[in-house]
Amino acid sequence: MKANNKNIKEYQLKVKSRTENLSEIRKFIQKHAKEAGISANVIEDMILAGDEACTNVIKHAYKNQPEGEIVVKVQYSDKTFKITIVDHGFSFNPERIPIPDIRKSYEEKKVGGLGIYLMKKLMDEVKYISIPGKYNQVQLIKNLNSSI
Amino acid sequence: MAEFNTSVKDHGEISTVYLEGYLDAHTAPNLEETFSKLINNGKYKIVANFKDLAYISSAGLGVFMAFIEKVRENDGDIKLSAMNDKVYNIFDLLGFPLLYEIFKTEDEAIKKFDETK
Repeated sequence: MKANNKNIKEYQLKVKSRTENLSEIRKFIQKHAKEAGISANVIEDMILAGDEACTNVIKHAYKNQPEGEIVVKVQYSDKTFKITIVDHGFSFNPERIPIPDIRKSYEEKKVGGLGIYLMKKLMDEVKYISIPGKYNQVQLIKNLNSSI
Repeated sequence: MAEFNTSVKDHGEISTVYLEGYLDAHTAPNLEETFSKLINNGKYKIVANFKDLAYISSAGLGVFMAFIEKVRENDGDIKLSAMNDKVYNIFDLLGFPLLYEIFKTEDEAIKKFDETK
């Protein structure tokens, strides 16, 4: 935990890549979003976006291997609330996953891509950086001036 | 760890699955198991009651997608009911109302099954 300066606050959580830790990740995001004075509805959107991003890390980057490390960082100022999720698993490019079409998913019996679509719908910005063999980073950004 | 529970109540050939708590990638297998048991017992007319569901992520929605076809092939359905606004909003964002019937109350969902016998 550290405060860079009086305007930006930053907190970090490290957990193993296990789905049982998703609730801890949600609580971590909720706690700091509350401190930032964000409204309950917006907090719920951010919690879900964070959950989806970490679920993808567990399933795709770590392929359900439970000893991987996930670092969740929140940073906020009066302008933005940023959730950054870093892992050291396999590189995956979510941009290549097409926007899901629920009817097509039904016909093709495929379930997937829903989480990424939700993240984009719920947040103002979703940014990916992937350095194969080193790390993947997802950044979920909410602009606060319009959403509080 | 997130708490999630299901319970099942039969109304004749219709089964209601009550969902309670937090449905995420960790707890979704619990719901899968509940649906699998119903289907293995030949129960294809299913109402899901979301009244006590506080939270759902896409992993939870995926469970409904995974079973719907099997159920419909057997002249059944999974009808959804009693969602709070937040949970409904997630289903809506992903286009579920196109493929699933969603009712305000469990009774309305049960009635729909009775009407279409």
